Amino acid sequence: MFRTFPKGGVHPPEYKISADKKIKTLDVPEQVVVLLNQNLGAPSKALVNKKDKVKVGQKIAEAGGFVSSNIHSPVSGTVLKIDNIIDTSGYKKSAIVINVEGDEWEESIDKSDEIKTEINLSSEEIIDKIKEMGIVGMGGATFPTHVKLSIPKGNTCEYLIINGVECEPFLTSDHRLMLEKGEELIVGVRILMKALKVEKAYIGIERNKPDAIEYLSELCQNTTEDIEVVPLKVKYPQGGEKQLIKAITKREVPSGGLPIHVGVVVQNVGTTLAVYEAVQKNKPLIDRIVTVTGDKVENSGNFLVRIGTSIDKLIEAVGGIPEDTGKIINGGPMMGKAMKISNVPVTKGTSGIVLLSESKSHREEIMPCIKCSRCVNVCPQGLEPYLLMDISKKKMWEEAEKQNNLDCIECGSCSFICPSNRPLLDYIRYGKQNVTALRRSRVKK
Amino acid sequence: MEKLVVSQSPHLHSKESVPKIMYFVIIALLPAWIFSLYLFRLEALKVTIVSITSAVIVEWLIAKYLLKKKPTIWDGSAILTGLLLAMNYPSTLPIWIIIVGSIAAIGIGKMSFGGLGQNIFNPAIFGRVFLLVSFPAQMTHWPLPISLRTPDQISGATVLGIMKEGLKNGETVSQLMDKIPSGMQMFYGVMGGSIGEMSALLLIIGGLFLLFRKIITWHIPVSILGTVFIFTGILWLINPEQYANPVFHLLTGGLILGAIFMATDYVSSPMSNSGKLVYGALIGIIVVLIRVWGSYPEGVSFAILLMNAFVPLIDRAFKPKLFGKVKKAKA
Amino acid sequence: MNIILISIAILGVIGLVLGLILYFTAQKFKVYEDPKIDEVEEILPSANCGGCGYAGCRNFAEATVKAESLDGLFCPVGGNEVMKKVAEVLGKTVEEKEAQVAVVRCSGSPVYRQRTTIYEGAKTCAIESALYGGDTGCQYGCLGLGDCVDACEFDAIAMNPETLLPEVNEDNCTACGACVEACPKDIIELRPKGPKNRRIYVSCINEDRGGIAKKSCKVSCIGCKACVNACKFDAINFDNFLAYINADACRLCRACVTVCPTNAILEINFPPRKIKKDTVKKESEK
Repeated sequence: MFRTFPKGGVHPPEYKISADKKIKTLDVPEQVVVLLNQNLGAPSKALVNKKDKVKVGQKIAEAGGFVSSNIHSPVSGTVLKIDNIIDTSGYKKSAIVINVEGDEWEESIDKSDEIKTEINLSSEEIIDKIKEMGIVGMGGATFPTHVKLSIPKGNTCEYLIINGVECEPFLTSDHRLMLEKGEELIVGVRILMKALKVEKAYIGIERNKPDAIEYLSELCQNTTEDIEVVPLKVKYPQGGEKQLIKAITKREVPSGGLPIHVGVVVQNVGTTLAVYEAVQKNKPLIDRIVTVTGDKVENSGNFLVRIGTSIDKLIEAVGGIPEDTGKIINGGPMMGKAMKISNVPVTKGTSGIVLLSESKSHREEIMPCIKCSRCVNVCPQGLEPYLLMDISKKKMWEEAEKQNNLDCIECGSCSFICPSNRPLLDYIRYGKQNVTALRRSRVKK
Repeated sequence: MEKLVVSQSPHLHSKESVPKIMYFVIIALLPAWIFSLYLFRLEALKVTIVSITSAVIVEWLIAKYLLKKKPTIWDGSAILTGLLLAMNYPSTLPIWIIIVGSIAAIGIGKMSFGGLGQNIFNPAIFGRVFLLVSFPAQMTHWPLPISLRTPDQISGATVLGIMKEGLKNGETVSQLMDKIPSGMQMFYGVMGGSIGEMSALLLIIGGLFLLFRKIITWHIPVSILGTVFIFTGILWLINPEQYANPVFHLLTGGLILGAIFMATDYVSSPMSNSGKLVYGALIGIIVVLIRVWGSYPEGVSFAILLMNAFVPLIDRAFKPKLFGKVKKAKA
Repeated sequence: MNIILISIAILGVIGLVLGLILYFTAQKFKVYEDPKIDEVEEILPSANCGGCGYAGCRNFAEATVKAESLDGLFCPVGGNEVMKKVAEVLGKTVEEKEAQVAVVRCSGSPVYRQRTTIYEGAKTCAIESALYGGDTGCQYGCLGLGDCVDACEFDAIAMNPETLLPEVNEDNCTACGACVEACPKDIIELRPKGPKNRRIYVSCINEDRGGIAKKSCKVSCIGCKACVNACKFDAINFDNFLAYINADACRLCRACVTVCPTNAILEINFPPRKIKKDTVKKESEK
């Protein structure tokens, strides 16, 4: 029996059409736009000015607070300007625009393909290196990795879980990474185990990726550390941190708590690879694998692309925007953001671009709630979405807090399943924003 | 290329929709209804058509002229209510009473509360009880299936009616069992009664279809039928001559129709599974109380109607389990 | 007969006893409230809108009675008239405040501001603005979904179905501030109504550079500073490519309105004159 989280979840169609497309390295573009806010938390502060010359891997922005990260230049060239440009949020944000000249890398970076398996740094040195190299969570949340690895006092870490689940339909970048960079990945896992001082690590993979499960299991046999590959049932949102922890260790992260409170730290496979490159090759986070796909895209693919490349270039690489595209989604179709323009730069958290055809892009007419309880049955967090939507509509924020509105992980299962096409997640998010504001105002008093 | 669409996630939607659900329930009712056509021929057809058409027209009129909203008759809920009402009527019910029933069910039972999704009571049950109380004679004039009619006898009491009257008159159960169709006959459905309560077999087939298609869950039907079975079983064990056996109770009256199709109505039943079990159990108890000690031979409609009123309370009491619920620390 | 008399007597005694119990309980548990609070509450408009910043009219009445002076206490719905009466009743003084009205600082109707995407999310401004800057090129402008209309308790603001912009009904507007709160983009502002109800304001809050602003909306403020230069009374502030007319300093001379190249500055309730408005309309009708 394959393990999974017991309550809730939905089964959207998988659409893994790019699963067998090998990773292609996209050419370095002529201009990159490096957003200054590429992590959850405080934005970074620019260290360069107009007309400065930069090399690949040079630090161009530093962390703007404790929960923040450094940013390194993905290209070599000249800084054109520091300007406000529209990003995925649909609002203008600060960014460093660099005109590319050649491809000169910082000397300290090891560009060879050799796989270095010996880990020479101590636990603290590893975390410092990760911090310096600007590694953030690459599953999409972009939480600064060094903050996650710094265990707060009073907690101990027992397990490391590597998230290779990739439950979002369409996305296959993590799958290809596990197949093509498996050896590097395992070294990365060992590095993280050393950093966290844990004895056991799990790699969770959904069973629609049998080749990855087999390959990584083989690799794990050859390590001295205890790393176990756990095949999981295909169910969305299996890749959610809390659901993954429940499926593998049967522990439930307490409501309002963090995974570390049950002794677990979860890292995405992409982050783990970036950790390997940072610690063993001195390479900061300057590129990542992005899946470009869609239900009418024939030449879908997985691309290794420099941060700051315009998404237009990625779309070009699959043959341009199909004629009847209705939505361009940054991320997966269940949790990604629909963009208003396509000229938006790739960031550290961009895992995929989905070009959804017109016929799938429109929402149906909203009908009244028929109390069918499907939303309650599919919610993996045990919430009542129909009730939360009603409460948010009436702006009853204290009541929303009482009904655990903040526990929502925004997976979208409720809106997905609702037969009346009600915008449940829209209102629940609205509730979350207001409850957070309410809590903040209480603290101020 | 047209303008891009921007909306919040999720950007995919399952194939679920309200009309799909309603039409699946209608399909599940079809086997039993077709059988009733075989038993009651044109009378059943007439009753069904009048009931469904009047229900749809009433909803359309109220939505368009009273509420001034866009009428949504194609979502299938009015058609379903009309069909369920028809399944509860004797096939000889006059047309004007059927129309009054539709007005009561849709007008009062559904639209006065605010339309789809807002009603507290199951509209079909509401309509049926309204008619039962207002026109008791016509509503309890149960015709025999056409094949069983003779020139002298067109109607007969329902099986439960015979049982109730008989027991009141002091006859014992074993004496009465001879007068009524055998268990197998009841299961297959050749007896007097409303057009919907005839064939337990076909209704159960419809119910299994709904279960398989995940339209209903097992909780309400099993808890209702189970509770009725257990309590009538206990009574029967105590005195088999005073109380009919539990299988008899399961197969008669609109119990199976009510348990599978009426009590499971989404809007008027609880949201959580534990709530549904409690709801079903209480309905079962009330059915037994009315059948054994009440003055009506048949109690399913009243039981469901009564329990509908408690559903908001049940929803409050039985909430789903929160993921990672923090247990209160000991002081 | 006896029965009737006995019933009357018994019921009468029960009634009397209960009445006495009620009277004594009411006296014993009476909460003393300053009778002035009731007097003031009578005068107030009973809208319970919260525009004064208090929880309803009774709460405001309590505040006025308890406060030393009436500074900072103002009922926007009742206005100066009501505050004068309150002051009389309480024997305190109150200063007259200028009448205010809600002003919508955006003129970006679909004719001037093209829609570039289709928004299909939940139809409230708060939720749309949390998702992105709106379905036009201007991320500051009005989204047209009517959160302000829903917030108004006085029927003083309504969405125009053609321009997709809210329009304030000056006669009904009490300047309670509900719409100002409700707008997630801070487009609505409370400004003085002005002498003869005349006012002038910049109907734009776009902080983009001129070229970008003009591309998204033909009647936006492009930050050309023509108005700043034209104003003889120094009434116009300029920041972030956006002009803002200071209502206290503005003398309603209309010089700025004439020079604005995009017609972003609006003059309300002035006698009509025909100048630039026609040329801009012609441009946009192309």
